[in-house]
Amino acid sequence: MEQLLQHLVNGLVLGGTYALLGIGLTLIFGLMSVVNFAHGEFYTLGAYAAFAALAWAGLPFVAALLAAIAAGALLGALCERALLRPLRGHSIDTIMLVMIGVWIAMQNAELLAWGGVARSIPHPFPTAPLTLGPLNIAPLRLFVVLTAAALIGLAWLLIQKTRLGTAMRATFQDRDTAALMGVPIGRIHTITFAFGSALAAAAGALLGPVFLAYPSMGDLASLKAFSVVILGGLGNLAGATLGGLLLGVAEELGAGYVSSGYRDAVGFVAIILVLLFRPAGLFARAERIG
Amino acid sequence: MALGAVAAVTAPLWVANPYHLHVLIMAGIFTILALSLNLLLGYTGQLSLGHAAFFGIGAYTSALLALRLEWSFWLALPAAALASGLAGWAIGRLALKLRGAYFVLVTISFAGVISLVSINWMDLTNGPLGLPGVPPPALGPWTLRTKNAYWYLVLAGAALTYLVCHRLVTSRIGRALVALRENEPLAESVGIDGTRYLVLAAVVSAALAGLAGSLYAHYTRFVSPEVFLFSYTVTMVIMVIAGGQGTLAGPVVGALLFTVLPEALREAVAWQWQMLAYGVVLVLFVFFLPRGIVPTLAAWRRR
Repeated sequence: MEQLLQHLVNGLVLGGTYALLGIGLTLIFGLMSVVNFAHGEFYTLGAYAAFAALAWAGLPFVAALLAAIAAGALLGALCERALLRPLRGHSIDTIMLVMIGVWIAMQNAELLAWGGVARSIPHPFPTAPLTLGPLNIAPLRLFVVLTAAALIGLAWLLIQKTRLGTAMRATFQDRDTAALMGVPIGRIHTITFAFGSALAAAAGALLGPVFLAYPSMGDLASLKAFSVVILGGLGNLAGATLGGLLLGVAEELGAGYVSSGYRDAVGFVAIILVLLFRPAGLFARAERIG
Repeated sequence: MALGAVAAVTAPLWVANPYHLHVLIMAGIFTILALSLNLLLGYTGQLSLGHAAFFGIGAYTSALLALRLEWSFWLALPAAALASGLAGWAIGRLALKLRGAYFVLVTISFAGVISLVSINWMDLTNGPLGLPGVPPPALGPWTLRTKNAYWYLVLAGAALTYLVCHRLVTSRIGRALVALRENEPLAESVGIDGTRYLVLAAVVSAALAGLAGSLYAHYTRFVSPEVFLFSYTVTMVIMVIAGGQGTLAGPVVGALLFTVLPEALREAVAWQWQMLAYGVVLVLFVFFLPRGIVPTLAAWRRR
């Protein structure tokens, strides 16, 4: 029982960051119809940005997190302006090929820039775990899950409560009508892609110190983001949050009770099963945003 | 075309350097892979991003049958194609109802699971250490141990693949596939059962990739989980897109180009630069030459 609780707690820590990844991806797909295979590369970018800020610039952890978010948003905006805007109106498959190209190029650029060796990201938290009754949680992991929750809350506020969010939701529902109502679709797309990429970078900066940073870490992150989105239903923010937590817990339970070698298979199997039996996602009645 | 065939058949005469012949053999294996991927991507518009899985299943099936059960290569080769074809059938049946991005995701996930199985199922696959000592094919009293002999074997495999693809795409089935790619509701309205034809294409495509896997296993005589590397799939996609999807000559040109070119540039640039360049090349082709080299050249010559 205690072991189960411990797995659940660990799963929620992972799941919080998976949810961040999933929300970014689901926004980008929902608003722009872009199947963003480069999403995981922004996660990698976030981890390395945090590494540079912490290990080289000696910034405090929160500043490193902000630096990672800024790097993700900046490169995301650049990517949208340079590659996606000229292709707007092209078929979803064409754009998918471009994003696969971006994925490969970004990953190998990271490999060239940082080398193939995994790097451990320094963090200021004490390594001795906090004990809460039967549960142990490392202070770093506690910080990760709380920050992830705060970022998810901020994303939700942005989309539900601001003018920008209203414009984003309108674009999601009907791009042409939104454009007729004066929503600047081009700018909304740039902001959406930058925002989604920033969330992925934040997830990388948060999970990077828990594990290690290495150039191909984005591959699994992309696939996990996709499985979160598929679990939660496309364009469904609450679904992505729940899907992320679910995937995190399922992975921990799978690693704990089945086999740790197959931990990463959980996400793959989830993708296959959900697409076969509930292609609209576990929680979705209809595709929507918010 | 005829010139290319003559050049290919006489290759061991004018390629003296065994390393260059090795590059040609790899080009032959990649020709099979590119042609098989093209059957799906070019003719049905469905992108399999797990194509390395079918290649790997073929390689492992062939290697295991030859090593554990001491099957002859000539039985292991069709068995490898059959095993990959079956996997293609399963994935096709499961995923081709969804198509598009969903098909891509299911194929990636499938490749991910298979790769994890090859790493973790120590008893069967020997895990990350792989399977060394895969025997070279025997032909009567001879063993196809030399690169010259293997080149002809791979050439035969590539020719067979080309013929199968040619036969398929010029038949009623091929026309049905193109009709489905261009306008699915219209195709279905004239009685084409979409999913059935797509599954058929997936089975043939996967079986051919399995054939390539078997040829690869008995050539390098070593199989490890590296056969599932995503970079293999990426390389195949580049070959098809650059050469010209939906044509038969395109993937052949693409496969030759993208095995010979990197080897020629190997001295000058590191491997990571090559993969980085592949990403950039993919983007550039989509932007500036979306139809690929062969159709563009053909259109240019007609003018």
